[in-house]
Amino acid sequence: MTNYNFSSKFKHANIFSVILFLISIILIAFKGLNYGIDFKGGTLIELRSNNTEASSIRDVLKNMNLGDVNVKKFGKEGDFLIKVEQKGDNNKLIPEIKKNLSDSLNTDVNFRRVENVGPKVSAELLQSGIIAISLSLAAMLFYIWVRFEWQFSIGSIIALFHDVIITLGIFSLLALEINLSIIAAVLTIVGYSMNDTVVIYDRIRENLGKFHKLDIKDIANLSINETLARTIITSVTTLLALFSIFILGGEILRGFSFAMILGVLVGTYSSIFVASPILKYFKVSYKTIEKEEEKIVP
Amino acid sequence: MLNFSKINVLIIYILFIFIAVFSFLNLQNDNNQLVNKKINLGLDLQGGSYLLLEINSDSLVKEKIQSKVIPIKKLLKENEINYKNFKINDDNLLLSIDNLEKFDLLFNSRKDNIVNPYIDNYRSYELYYTKINNNQIKISFSKFGLLTINNSALKQSIEIVRRRIDDVGTKEPTILQRGEKRILVELPGLKDPERIKALLGKTAQLNFRLVSDNNEFGTDELISENGEKLNISKRIIMSGENLIDAQPSIQNQNNEPTVSFTLDRLGAQKFGRATTDNVGKRLAIVLDGEIVSAPNINEPITSGNGMISGNFTFQEATDLALLLRSGALPTPLIVVEERTVGPDLGEDSIKSGITSLIVGFILVILFMLYKYKIFGLIANTALIANLLMLTGILTILEATLTLPGIAGIILTVGMAVDANVLIFERIREELKTEKSIIHAFDSGYARAKITVLDANITTLIAAIILFAFGSGPVKGFAITLGIGIITTLFTAYFLARHLTSLVVLNTKNKEINI
Repeated sequence: MTNYNFSSKFKHANIFSVILFLISIILIAFKGLNYGIDFKGGTLIELRSNNTEASSIRDVLKNMNLGDVNVKKFGKEGDFLIKVEQKGDNNKLIPEIKKNLSDSLNTDVNFRRVENVGPKVSAELLQSGIIAISLSLAAMLFYIWVRFEWQFSIGSIIALFHDVIITLGIFSLLALEINLSIIAAVLTIVGYSMNDTVVIYDRIRENLGKFHKLDIKDIANLSINETLARTIITSVTTLLALFSIFILGGEILRGFSFAMILGVLVGTYSSIFVASPILKYFKVSYKTIEKEEEKIVP
Repeated sequence: MLNFSKINVLIIYILFIFIAVFSFLNLQNDNNQLVNKKINLGLDLQGGSYLLLEINSDSLVKEKIQSKVIPIKKLLKENEINYKNFKINDDNLLLSIDNLEKFDLLFNSRKDNIVNPYIDNYRSYELYYTKINNNQIKISFSKFGLLTINNSALKQSIEIVRRRIDDVGTKEPTILQRGEKRILVELPGLKDPERIKALLGKTAQLNFRLVSDNNEFGTDELISENGEKLNISKRIIMSGENLIDAQPSIQNQNNEPTVSFTLDRLGAQKFGRATTDNVGKRLAIVLDGEIVSAPNINEPITSGNGMISGNFTFQEATDLALLLRSGALPTPLIVVEERTVGPDLGEDSIKSGITSLIVGFILVILFMLYKYKIFGLIANTALIANLLMLTGILTILEATLTLPGIAGIILTVGMAVDANVLIFERIREELKTEKSIIHAFDSGYARAKITVLDANITTLIAAIILFAFGSGPVKGFAITLGIGIITTLFTAYFLARHLTSLVVLNTKNKEINI
């Protein structure tokens, strides 16, 4: 078993977390999130065409008066991603864009993917995404409240907010696109971070029962050390899987796996340095869990 | 925790084999299937088109409220209620009447009420009125009246969408109602949905109307196919409802593609009478408010067969015939969401998905072997069993595998070992204080049980919520993640535990390294 003194670093870690959290909030509020067409509406076209440049695609589209047009290289050479901001429903738009591009580029154009989301649908998708994340947070809060005491519940939920906000803050900072799969990633992060926190909390609860004389600070420290090997091994195997998706899984899964990698790192950190210190601030002791003890099956 | 009765072991392995066997069904040849079960590939993997269509019943409401004008006026006249200032708005009627009490009695009567029928299902009238001031009232559709209009329009639209898509002949289309206003259409394997979108985008309301300056019914000024301005009478001689068949054909004289049509008996009668009475005049064929062509009536057409020409290409003639055969949509359909993936991108996605799965899997397996040696082997065996069960269950459910779904499987690989890691780490701790190795393993499993459950339930909650709120490919992720958790618990707590017990009980109290 390792014997690092985590609790001595709680204070610094918490200041660090609060700063990161605040910076993330400021970024999200003022720089904003880069919503993809799923949440903003518009048209996305992925095409493959050798012998063409992003600039010539841009020129063709510029002449069509489409509003905000974004063309960028996407993965392999010759693959491009076009995003068109579009107002109102216009079902004739896509065939028009396709025809113009095919006609003007003087080379074979393979339209690999076309997505179009109307303003009404994108608003609904955003709404259900927000509901899903809020609901998952509420469900976690409830689950921990049933399984533990309320102090643990609050501690874990603060850790979850910490993870979600900082992950989104990094997405805002790097202007990475938020789409449906990012919502899936955030929800999985919520699950993973909770999983990590629960393992440490379980141990804290057990140790509180065992060592009545130890201060919560020392209990937390002991419990983190006892579970540290597991925390690291699981993070490593999960990250191995995630990096494999990130590197080999193709462009479409890149954003998703990146969000998950961030989430696993932040989530692991927060179980140790956010969720555990909060119990200290609530002055949790063996008395807190006395009633709870009876429920635990050996 | 290490003692298994023979019957338990039997149940565990039979259950495992039963489920795992299903995963091999996916390797069957398509033409020679033993059991017809398979994991379906999502549109993002096999290529295809997803369309979400929305009906807009506003125009229908406008039409329906207009159709109430004559019955209401008739009702008022018959019962000697005086009215004035009758005004037709988009979705309501405004009028002033002198005897509101009498009107109320007639308007809200359940018996033989033609003007304002009572809808039994909803326990509500179709219309309702509000008093604006002393004698002015506003009549509009009730909430349930609107719902009835909407629902019947939606049902009818789905039927016609189905006919049109079947007529085009795509393979295995899915057409479903989504909510109160939407129709979901999935067209696997379709590379370019533009033709289908164009076909679904037309309501295809066909009318035959005379070209006439006679103002008796009012006229519309429309532009003909040759660019002439023509006055077209508002009176509809015959509409597309009377068509029983329409086919593209080639006119022999000048090789021009045309659409020939056949009318039902009523249509043939109407058409025959109108063409007999109006020989020499021009007949406009109007589709969705635009003139297709406006030929001269050279002679009466009483056979019930006719032909529409209008500078068509053969494709246009084919599409027009298809639209006429399938019937008119009650309201325009708008594509509110579209996602189309080409088959080559789908193939690329499968390739990169499988590659990253294999690489991720090998990395995790090597890491576990390095970390836990013989017990790593057990964890890895459990992991392979886990994957077999996961794909087995997906096969039994005939679930749809999407690209995020593959990501969910890879993530399961990474996270599944957690259960065994938790247990093994716990056993390591127990081994420090416990002299008997068997006891240490026993209490290791027992103590870790709650933690493993707690930890996995949290992820399961996230997966369930994602399944409930996610759409399309993301749902596929929730499915694999959620099922992965259940198979993980099974393989860790039954399979791996049994394998561990075999190792531990056979080595007795010799040194065991974990």
